Amino acid sequence: MSSVSKSPWVIHYDGSSCNGCDIEVLAALTPLYDVERFGIINTGNPKHADIFLVTGSVNEQNIDVVKEIYDQMLEPKVVVACGICACSAGIFHDCYNIIGGVDEAIPVDVYVPGCAVRPEAIIDGVVQGLAILEEKSKKLAASRKKGR
Amino acid sequence: MGKATVIPFGPQHPVLPEPLHLDLVVEDERVIEAIPQIGFIHRGLEKLVETRDIHQFIYVAERICGICSFGHSLGYAETVESLMGVEVPKRAQFIRVILHELSRIHSHLLWMGLAADAFGFESLFMHCWRLRERVLDIFEATTGGRVILSAVCIGGVNRDIDDIMMKAIIDKLDSIESDYKEIVDTFLEDSSVKSRLVGVGYLSRRQAEELCMVGPFGRASGAAYDCRMLGSGAYGDLEGFEPIVATEGDCYARCKVRALEVNQSIAIIKELAGKMPHDGIGEKSKLTPPAGSQASCVLEQPRGECYYYARGNGSKNLDRMRMRTPTSQNLAGMVKALEGCDLADVPMVILTIDPCISCSER
Repeated sequence: MSSVSKSPWVIHYDGSSCNGCDIEVLAALTPLYDVERFGIINTGNPKHADIFLVTGSVNEQNIDVVKEIYDQMLEPKVVVACGICACSAGIFHDCYNIIGGVDEAIPVDVYVPGCAVRPEAIIDGVVQGLAILEEKSKKLAASRKKGR
Repeated sequence: MGKATVIPFGPQHPVLPEPLHLDLVVEDERVIEAIPQIGFIHRGLEKLVETRDIHQFIYVAERICGICSFGHSLGYAETVESLMGVEVPKRAQFIRVILHELSRIHSHLLWMGLAADAFGFESLFMHCWRLRERVLDIFEATTGGRVILSAVCIGGVNRDIDDIMMKAIIDKLDSIESDYKEIVDTFLEDSSVKSRLVGVGYLSRRQAEELCMVGPFGRASGAAYDCRMLGSGAYGDLEGFEPIVATEGDCYARCKVRALEVNQSIAIIKELAGKMPHDGIGEKSKLTPPAGSQASCVLEQPRGECYYYARGNGSKNLDRMRMRTPTSQNLAGMVKALEGCDLADVPMVILTIDPCISCSER
């Protein structure tokens, strides 16, 4: 992890989830699982975040919001889809107002299934996301060198 | 007097775990109007009853909202049971109420944590959520799930709670109770907490009753209404039930009502655990709802009264399922309470109605 010198910060957005995954995302940050001890902070500002945790699927109303948050995040960035709704719309697949998983709106790097997704699984997904983050930042550094 | 400006609030905002958009019309630092915009989580769940049979829909009903998930499966099951005239054994009713009260404890602790986070008391937030994990431990030991429990079936409950497990639950609640006292003291006595809460977001009793506010939000304004007073299910077996009411109508009163309701829930569980009947937990009903039958049911969710309505058509699917959830009711009062408050207090006022957007938009 040479190119990533600081702990990743996460931003969380609730697509159209039932809250179950959202409270598990928060549970991963609070005392029992406590990822904050590694310096991982849940930030509200997309420009400060490295990892985008999306819960729930996208619908007509929020697809622009998800895209907007993704666009505001700086490179390198990783998207982790938390919960089966974010992966493939899950139990709500047949609902009339559901477009599908988050990958309908933005590119997703890690899929974490589960209903509701357990905090251990979220942490595992974020750790996998870190490897992708490092890869991406290496690529970014290489392309910058080339550009110079 | 400054010029009125519009400040957008949400849908992605650090204080809100859920998307809710408000256009705040402000003059200087004062909010003069709040215009809500919802629909970010609308999925169209009620329509799903036409393609899912009555037993499958119980899993959909649970996923209306992850925080009050048990309440929704309970309300749905009770409505369909009265549609078909199914009698639920007493023991199953007791287990349902015990799990429902446990989810109220978990929901209120969750809310207290989020509220502490909103007024910037980070360590209090962590303490509330640490305590909440113990309730989730009970859920995991009794039903296998932390958030989505799948404990109710139409006609009873899926899993029994035996005497050994019940004793373990009571022991755990005792340990929660002693730690909880410290948290409540901080919430209700700490001067820095008080300075953020007292007098903020006032809603009078008259306003609360005119706008039909439900749950702790209404009770904090003096509207003494709690569906548990109706005594349906195992609530009728309690010695007595008095809703917790405050009269101040501000954020502090809402905090107080919820804080005391946790103690009340613990007392209810302990009382019911002492007189558990032994008549079985029921089994999945094989009936189908008759054509043209209608039923409704009200239930006190952690956030307030929730109304369920169902209509059968003689097949294994329902014709119509309708819910009116507490937050969709309370949003009107929230907009009222926001008028005239400071911009810095907006997150606090929004949180003290305990908004559950997933419930209200479904």
